[in-house]
Amino acid sequence: MRVNGVEHAPPADPRRLLSDHLRHDLGLTGTHVGCEHGVCGCCTVLLDAVPVRSCLMLAVQAEGHEVTTIEGLAPDGEPLHPVQQAFHEAHGLQCGFCTPGFVMSVVGLLAQHPDPTPEQIDEGIAGNLCRCTGYASIRRAVARAAELSNK
Amino acid sequence: MTTRWFGARVQRVEDDRLLRGHGRFTDDIDDGALESYLVRSPYAHARIRSIDVSAARAVAGVVAVYTAADLPFGATDLPILIPHPNLTHGRTQRCLASEVVRYAGEAVAFVVAESRAIAEDAAELVDVDYEPLPAVITPEVAARAEHLVHDDVPGNVAAELTQEVGDVQQALAAAPHRRRLRFRYERGAACPLEARAIWARWSEPERKLTVYDSTQSPTSIRGGLAVLFGLPESSVDVIAPDVGGGFGPKIMLFYSDELLVPYAAMQLGRPVKWTEDRQEHFTAVNQERGQVHEVEVGFDGEGKVLALSDDFIHDGGAYTPYGLILPIISAGQLPGPYRVPNLRVRFRDMYTNATPTSPYRGAGRPHACFVMERTLDAIAEELGLDRVEVRRRNLIQPDEFPYAVGLVWQDGNMVVYDSGDYPALLEKALETLGPRPSGDHVGMGLGIYVEGTGLGPYEGAHVQVLVSGKVVAATGIPNQGQAHATVWAQVVADELGVDVADVQVTSGDTRRMPWGVGTFASRGAVTAGNAMAVAARMVAEKARQVAADHLEADPADLELAGGQVRVKGSPQRSMPLAVVAVLANPMRYAFGGGTEAATQFTPKSRPGPPLREGERPGLEATGYYSPPGSTWAAGCHAAWVRIDPKTFRLEILKYVVVHDCGPMINPMVVEGQIEGGVAQGIGGAFYERLAYDSDGQLRNASFMEFLMPYATEIPPLVIEHIETPSPLNPLGIKGVGEAGVIPVGAVIASGIEEALGVPITEMPLSPLKLFELTREVSPDRRG
Amino acid sequence: MKPPPFEYHAPTTVDDACSLLGSLEDAKVLAGGQSLMPLLNFRLARPAHIVDINRISGFDRIYERDGGVAVQALARQAAVEDSELVARVCPLLRDAVRLVAHRVIRNRGTVCGSIAHADPASELPAVLLALGGSVVARSARAERTIPADELFAGVFETALAADELLVEAWFPRSPSPSAIHEESRRHGDFALAGVVRAGERLALFGVAPTAVLADPSDPTQGIQPSGDLEASPEFRLHLVRALTARAFAA
Repeated sequence: MRVNGVEHAPPADPRRLLSDHLRHDLGLTGTHVGCEHGVCGCCTVLLDAVPVRSCLMLAVQAEGHEVTTIEGLAPDGEPLHPVQQAFHEAHGLQCGFCTPGFVMSVVGLLAQHPDPTPEQIDEGIAGNLCRCTGYASIRRAVARAAELSNK
Repeated sequence: MTTRWFGARVQRVEDDRLLRGHGRFTDDIDDGALESYLVRSPYAHARIRSIDVSAARAVAGVVAVYTAADLPFGATDLPILIPHPNLTHGRTQRCLASEVVRYAGEAVAFVVAESRAIAEDAAELVDVDYEPLPAVITPEVAARAEHLVHDDVPGNVAAELTQEVGDVQQALAAAPHRRRLRFRYERGAACPLEARAIWARWSEPERKLTVYDSTQSPTSIRGGLAVLFGLPESSVDVIAPDVGGGFGPKIMLFYSDELLVPYAAMQLGRPVKWTEDRQEHFTAVNQERGQVHEVEVGFDGEGKVLALSDDFIHDGGAYTPYGLILPIISAGQLPGPYRVPNLRVRFRDMYTNATPTSPYRGAGRPHACFVMERTLDAIAEELGLDRVEVRRRNLIQPDEFPYAVGLVWQDGNMVVYDSGDYPALLEKALETLGPRPSGDHVGMGLGIYVEGTGLGPYEGAHVQVLVSGKVVAATGIPNQGQAHATVWAQVVADELGVDVADVQVTSGDTRRMPWGVGTFASRGAVTAGNAMAVAARMVAEKARQVAADHLEADPADLELAGGQVRVKGSPQRSMPLAVVAVLANPMRYAFGGGTEAATQFTPKSRPGPPLREGERPGLEATGYYSPPGSTWAAGCHAAWVRIDPKTFRLEILKYVVVHDCGPMINPMVVEGQIEGGVAQGIGGAFYERLAYDSDGQLRNASFMEFLMPYATEIPPLVIEHIETPSPLNPLGIKGVGEAGVIPVGAVIASGIEEALGVPITEMPLSPLKLFELTREVSPDRRG
Repeated sequence: MKPPPFEYHAPTTVDDACSLLGSLEDAKVLAGGQSLMPLLNFRLARPAHIVDINRISGFDRIYERDGGVAVQALARQAAVEDSELVARVCPLLRDAVRLVAHRVIRNRGTVCGSIAHADPASELPAVLLALGGSVVARSARAERTIPADELFAGVFETALAADELLVEAWFPRSPSPSAIHEESRRHGDFALAGVVRAGERLALFGVAPTAVLADPSDPTQGIQPSGDLEASPEFRLHLVRALTARAFAA
């Protein structure tokens, strides 16, 4: 499997979850684990450019596919991806635990709807839980991300 | 000194690494650590006849399995954190149970293995022979005391406390009107997105125990571990790295893992880590449970409260590690922003066979606010008066401060409101809320609250200017998303005349700042913020002294601005702060540009040694702030809600918050705290509940069934601020962490009551509950 | 919560998948994983074998057949949601898929998987039933078509044999008017109760051990819903009446 553009071998143990493989075998700890039943969205990564829950995939299932984690959005030293930049500007994160999952989900949302309506924004972020922000600043971040992406 | 940063909406300095996925949360740390799993009781109450771990120990990949018998501290009761003379029957659990378990989720054995998956496999082979005992699940059942949670605690009462102001019995008897009311309030679970986690390593050559812990008080963990393992505190480092939300449960200590993981690391010679999963989090981590209030209120024909008696029972759970802080807060906050001339509040803290309770954002205040607000609404309804007018007639007025309530507060002081303007909050909230929307089944929700913040005993801060001119600062309290790195940088940058980007803040690392209390109770900004100011002012004063010698000026004529120390009115007579930092260390072996500049200056010779009596080298200082008492924030929430008459779905049409936490260091951060708090309040009012069955089993221990709101359930908020500074601290600020959540239950309940025309006296609500209330069916709410 | 140990198989053809299902004892098919993986992570499901069908190529088609839409086993819910063919021929299916959880779940979850999982509170079995659709089940022994009204046997139970793979679901053209309405606690949650109208046919979900057909003029007749944390039997019946009235109001 390719993770952020780098080839990696899958783990030997088929029951290793993709979330744990990324975090503990590959050291990519930016993807977080909040529930391990697909509800909170903290573990969201891109699989072939489409957001999925990495806690609901076996790592071996990613073989032959392209995985992008939060670390792969903006390489070190490079400017933030527009979605990341927008979250910063809008104070869309507090503790930062749910943030990578939101960012990856929003990347997917904007690929589907480059200029989302408020309803489409709510629909698009409704699969991710945040306990800190109350979502108001996250809505603003998504609207700002659309602006930045469409510049 | 110009305040350039205080009050500014500075964007957060900590965002970049968090957004790039370079945060460092406790489970992110591996470093070759063994993983572990806690075996927990499935029974709410049971005797343990035997524990057999032999099969678990034999599993390939398992390194150790511990029961209480294997631990030198196995028979030690965990501490009662906050003793109180009225806590006559305080009880705590042991690290691992061996005789009795008293709540489903209580830890019984600890498995350490090469991986979590293997540890879970082995845990299934731990054979515990339980003899189930009758379980006491609700505080009402506990009060009937047909069964005891602790054999030696009669009546299941851990503590009882009665407080009285005035003469309630006489005032009630004399009151023209009287009403009896009963309220039942259930909170729930904080559920931070990061569950708990801990990592520990023992280094024998250094004799050093290093612990990373997703805790709200590293200094307390450090102190406890040092005592437990007989180590000097200097041998124990505890760091709260990035923490994914706290909200209260992470200030509870000690959880079993906080002793077991360091112990195992010391025993096994390898780092050990433990990461909680979501399912166990629901019962492993402290909750804030229910209260049942029996209220009698006496009032006059104008709706003025003459006397209030509140007798409540508090669901304390199976143990009382946190003493009786929660009911004391509820009692102390009961009258809220209102004048209650005769007040009697009695509580009993009950044991139940459920997870122990300790503060969750709001910490007893939401219960008090609910009782008072619903009581005022009942008075209005009885007299046919406007609910808002009844509040106006009872609010404490701006000229009545400081206002002594006559009740005791959680810091042992008496409740005294220092400053505020409660009528202004109400009027501004109503003005902002605007007219009633058209349509049926619409109601107005309203709640006014006060919030005791800025609790002592103290916090400290260390501030140092480096020879590069950059500033490093540290405080003992940790951060769980409240923007400490930015907010403290703002405070320090103002004092030292530097840019926020040049101040690097460390929170919650005992290596950098070993003294402190913790982040809880809306105290961080007041205590650590003021400590930062104290320390930074000491540094600024020293900078002026050192620079004065070289600028041939009086220190009083110097100011710090733009990274320089300069003469007021003659800014060309200046020297960089970086240079001052070099000069502050008489030895002056140095590298770098600033130090070359320093050699151009010859110090004025002064008699005596380079370091005078009491002087210290370096441009740094450690300062402390110890509040004389809590400082009282306040706010008013008002909302329009609609209930669909067919589906009983809640629609919040508009939600307004008018908030007073005094001057705000960073309004953007304050608004974020409020928005998050309101969302938690809405979740707790209408979506979340902890569904325990009569056997004490939690039936909804997953995010699929414990319904934390998504964005689609939370409306946008309108937030307005007023500012009444605190006279109690140098920065004049008040806390804000819990403000958003406190009145939400009262707001939602009162709005729904008006929308549907049914009395609401119990929380939480749901479409099902409203369906049943409108049909006057009396459900068993604990089923 | 980590899955218990299992033997993992990843066949690359349908024949291999069926042959595995025919020869292995205690095997579960892994398609989208959005229902099975949580069960594994909670250790509520402990199959000895996992047969992962995601390696089978060309198994994700959405195509027109017999006037309706055929959806193969690996067609993701998101693909069905976005499909121009589905929007044209069976918009009821698109409307229903939009109610399934959240988009990120639908990126991975499959329509056929949802039908085979047969959660009584899920939308897609009710849509299949209301439309009078069917599924194609294949084993090493044979291939057969199972009509919707013979497919759902009980809670999480279908008429599929242990060695059968659900290879395709067929949805007839949705008549006009069609509608799906559900009441759930949060956006994307499983329904407390739901109704599917396909012309004059009505199917209910969330109120019985399986999706059931009902009489639009008396939708709650013969229904005995169970109670749980968020809905009592009476509340479910109440919601069925309200949602049916809404669906047939046009």
